[in-house]
Amino acid sequence: MSRAQTGRGNKFVMKNMLLLALVVALAVIPLFTSKGADFGGADGKAEAVINEISPGYTPWLESIWEPPSGEIESLLFVVQGALGAGFIGYCLGYFKGRRKRED
Amino acid sequence: MKTIKRTSLLCGYLFALLLTIPKPAYAMHIMEGFLPAGWAAFWALVTLPFLVIGMRSINKMNAYNPRLKMLLGLVGAFVFVLSALKIPSVTGSSSHLTGVGLGAIMFGPTVMTILGTIVLLFQALLLAHGGLSTLGANAFAMAVAGPMVAYGVFKGAQKLGAPQWLSVFLGAGLGNLFTYIITSAQLALAFPAGQGGVMMSFTKFASVFAVTQIPLAVSEGLLTVLVLNLVSAYAKEELNQLQFNISSREAKL
Repeated sequence: MSRAQTGRGNKFVMKNMLLLALVVALAVIPLFTSKGADFGGADGKAEAVINEISPGYTPWLESIWEPPSGEIESLLFVVQGALGAGFIGYCLGYFKGRRKRED
Repeated sequence: MKTIKRTSLLCGYLFALLLTIPKPAYAMHIMEGFLPAGWAAFWALVTLPFLVIGMRSINKMNAYNPRLKMLLGLVGAFVFVLSALKIPSVTGSSSHLTGVGLGAIMFGPTVMTILGTIVLLFQALLLAHGGLSTLGANAFAMAVAGPMVAYGVFKGAQKLGAPQWLSVFLGAGLGNLFTYIITSAQLALAFPAGQGGVMMSFTKFASVFAVTQIPLAVSEGLLTVLVLNLVSAYAKEELNQLQFNISSREAKL
């Protein structure tokens, strides 16, 4: 690989690393700036607004199945994320390998 | 280097702006049973034609070049991953990204209607996140309106001569934000306030839903730029065939 190419490659990696760092920063900084917040993703809060606006509304349908515990729920979320990430990694690896072979 | 500096400056500014809004807020899909049956049916019917168009788009693309399937899988997997990650936001609550902008920009918006709806269905069935009765409404927000905005903003920015990364960033970010604005509107229409009506309700729901979403929209924009960087570095061939959307590919045929 020529020097110019390496330079371009480094810049490519640097740029992507910077993007990733910004995303991580956006996720981590709230943990420090909003200390004491519960960071709940609780759907219950939207429910609270609905109750405020039209008191007495009761959901007319329940979920068919709910994960029996918070642990099981996070397990399923992790499985979902891991499957997706695994597939993305596989695709990018495949594309990268194919390009290398063509070079 | 100049663009990187500008990006970080912009992000820093947006971030400082967000720190000034200390309001607890929650942003999620509409839960099972939380839309009256009439509205639930209405949104399902509104979403249906987009699913049909999306299906036809995918079939056409498949007939044109089956090798694009892998890229389609990749943008689907991107939605899958991002929907699973609940990320803390400056408002002191958590929400998740949608990931539909990437696919909308590459394949066109209706293709993402299919992929987004599949992910929502999965989450409604296995995670009690969202719901079957609210699937139509949630799909309209995340898999119809979001991708449409992402695609439209991307195209518009490109026409105005914005650099590609900026167009992608704006498209994906605003698409994400718009998803939750639609969710707020859907809730407001179904639950108009006694005083002030739909608009009052909308303000209430939007302050609950959309504010948390702003920093996450920035994250979504950044991540979409990142993945598109990788894809265009390694899979140029496929991207050239797509020309970043289906309609221009069809024009080429």
